[in-house]
Amino acid sequence: MLDFSFSKEQKMIKTEFARLVKDLVADNAHEMDECGTINPEIVQTTWEMGASISGVPEKYGGYGAKSSPIENCIILEELAYGDMGYAIQASLPSLFIQPLLLFGTRRQQEKYLPIYCSERFTACSLAFNEPWFGFDANELRTSAVRKNGEYILNGKKCFVPLAEEASHFIIAANLDGINQLFILEKGNEGIEISAREKNLGLYGLATNEMQLADCRIPVVDRIGEDNGCDFARFLQGTRIGLCAMAVGICRATLDFVKRYAKERIQFGEPIAHRQSIAFMIAEMSYEVDAMRLLNWKAASLLEIGKDAARDSYLSKLFAGEKAMKICDFGVQILGGHGYIREYPVERYYRNSRGISILEGMATV
Amino acid sequence: MVHLEIDEKIAGMQNNLKNIANAIFRPISRKYDEAEHDYPEELDMFRKVATLSQPKKKSGEKETRKELKQKSNHKGNNIGTNMRLIFSTEMMCWGDAALLLSLPNAGLGNAALLAIANDEQIARFGHKWIAMAITEPQSGSDSGSISTTAELDGNEWVLNGEKIFVTCADRCDAVVVWATIDKSAGKAGVKSFIVEKGTPGFKLEKLEHKLGIRASDTGTFLLKDCRIPKENILGDPRIAKNTEGFKGAMKTFDNTRPLVAAMANGIAAAALDFLKEQLNEKGVELNYKNNVHNVSSVEKEYYRMEAELEAMRMLTWRAAWMADTKRANNVEASMAKAKSGRMATLITQKCCDILGPLGFSRKYLAEKWMRDSKIMDIFEGTGQIQHLIVARNVLNLSSSELK
Repeated sequence: MLDFSFSKEQKMIKTEFARLVKDLVADNAHEMDECGTINPEIVQTTWEMGASISGVPEKYGGYGAKSSPIENCIILEELAYGDMGYAIQASLPSLFIQPLLLFGTRRQQEKYLPIYCSERFTACSLAFNEPWFGFDANELRTSAVRKNGEYILNGKKCFVPLAEEASHFIIAANLDGINQLFILEKGNEGIEISAREKNLGLYGLATNEMQLADCRIPVVDRIGEDNGCDFARFLQGTRIGLCAMAVGICRATLDFVKRYAKERIQFGEPIAHRQSIAFMIAEMSYEVDAMRLLNWKAASLLEIGKDAARDSYLSKLFAGEKAMKICDFGVQILGGHGYIREYPVERYYRNSRGISILEGMATV
Repeated sequence: MVHLEIDEKIAGMQNNLKNIANAIFRPISRKYDEAEHDYPEELDMFRKVATLSQPKKKSGEKETRKELKQKSNHKGNNIGTNMRLIFSTEMMCWGDAALLLSLPNAGLGNAALLAIANDEQIARFGHKWIAMAITEPQSGSDSGSISTTAELDGNEWVLNGEKIFVTCADRCDAVVVWATIDKSAGKAGVKSFIVEKGTPGFKLEKLEHKLGIRASDTGTFLLKDCRIPKENILGDPRIAKNTEGFKGAMKTFDNTRPLVAAMANGIAAAALDFLKEQLNEKGVELNYKNNVHNVSSVEKEYYRMEAELEAMRMLTWRAAWMADTKRANNVEASMAKAKSGRMATLITQKCCDILGPLGFSRKYLAEKWMRDSKIMDIFEGTGQIQHLIVARNVLNLSSSELK
């Protein structure tokens, strides 16, 4: 039945991650963005919270909990409230673990899951986006062809997070007209990782282009092996994950602007006392809520094992547009101060541009 | 635990309501838009049934309240009164918003009665059709500034003043009139009174001609030495030192604003459904799959509007759910109305735009929906007032700090 309130557990999760972000990320986010590195110690501390492996069975080293898309939305929102680059990096193993949990064969789970259930954060990645005009997640150009007991992959990927560090990748590729996922190990001769990309946002997160040239993958490393995977479900989860992060950025913008507008004095009174400013903030506040609720609605479908194709599609469309609008309002309300990097709204604005563009950067 | 997907039972209920709206409202939608002020006699069938907008009252009022409370204690396990109303209101307005406003015995005054009347008043007026008169020529959103007066004279209140924009003015049996019993007390002096039709000095002056919701009769009342029994005052007759009483009256809006939002959602849904039909006929298939930049601009617009509508619904449902679970929902109610009122206006405009000649012709209902939806951003507090309420709350500013 409809319920808009947190369970005790959900409340606890939110509180824990909010505290983590407040204690570790908030004061470091600007620095991490400026120096282009997400502090590995902060990532490690986040890793130790265990969110990424909570759904992994105990026999593989996880906690054996039921994986909950809504809970994951709550966590991603909190992480991105600190910084989106950090949020992507810290939750990256989920992008590898989750498809294995959902669609992996027993052999695949036995082989790969324990690697990512260790005490140390182990980098892995997902190669999803492709650098062509009009990139469409449903029409991947990276191809997989089955030949002599192997899959041969060809194509080009971009925005591959932590490509240089990752010991495993999941590659999204088109196999006979349908999109599928493949596990690729570091050191495969068919891949070439280009120099680090220079992006508009997410300065802290290292991403690379990746070339796949006759990249050979054993047939047993197609996720789900011969049964394959439900790519649509995977895509829905990643979209909802990205939107949850969008909500985090927007809430951070809103919170910052609320404080700022009450402290900034012009014409003898706080600018928050002006309707022109106050109404922008009112709009920001209900649009953030709307983004979150719309996304939770999509996540609710996944939670009960239903198809969220329509709802996740609409959520991404909505979150993409509203994130830009809200973060734009953030910069605008700060005026000149919003334009300089000293204030976080500048970073939020750049990062928010990625919401509608990127795919497969987080999952629930 | 957060769960925002409606189950099959509610989906079934929504579907039934949509069928009712389609069978009863749609066929007469154009007729009463053109025949402004004519009473839609087809709706008389609703007079005897427990109407959609009026929660059923049982003999013991207290018992009913207890029941409601029990229901709400099942947090999230049961669909509450407000939520039920939200769903039915949206579906009925998908049929026709003006006709929903014309449903007998389901006026705003009925809602006010249910919210604050005592047992004796419920017994006297519960079966009547009651309208609500707040607005005055010089007093719109600032309802604390009303100048209609009520003076106690023996066992009677004597009312004087002018009330405008009263919905169901012609068809109602009685009106809840807002008046001040002490102008110097400001908002604290504002009380509401039940004035029955036929009371000497109570005159329906005229009916308005409007942009939309034409099937709904909106009128002006003149009160001239209008005498009503002392017992017809709703709520506490004393003047409090604070404005809690006025705030209490304004609380009615916490329940009605989400309803207006639901009305807006229903009209927007009607326009989008019609647009979708036309797109399908043209062979455009909406599959929620391809990158929005790789589909036609019409498809993209459709998706955007559908996403907005879903967002509108979420804010609306939340506000109603909060009311049902006894949570303070003042801000959320305003958020829902601010968003839905504005977006329904824009969505219906855009649908007409995309529909081209079909959107400008009175042969189709799209143009009517564009006119009807506009009121949703105006009545029960304009969009600007909603923004003001939201802003004051999120910024924690008083009404003197943020005017």
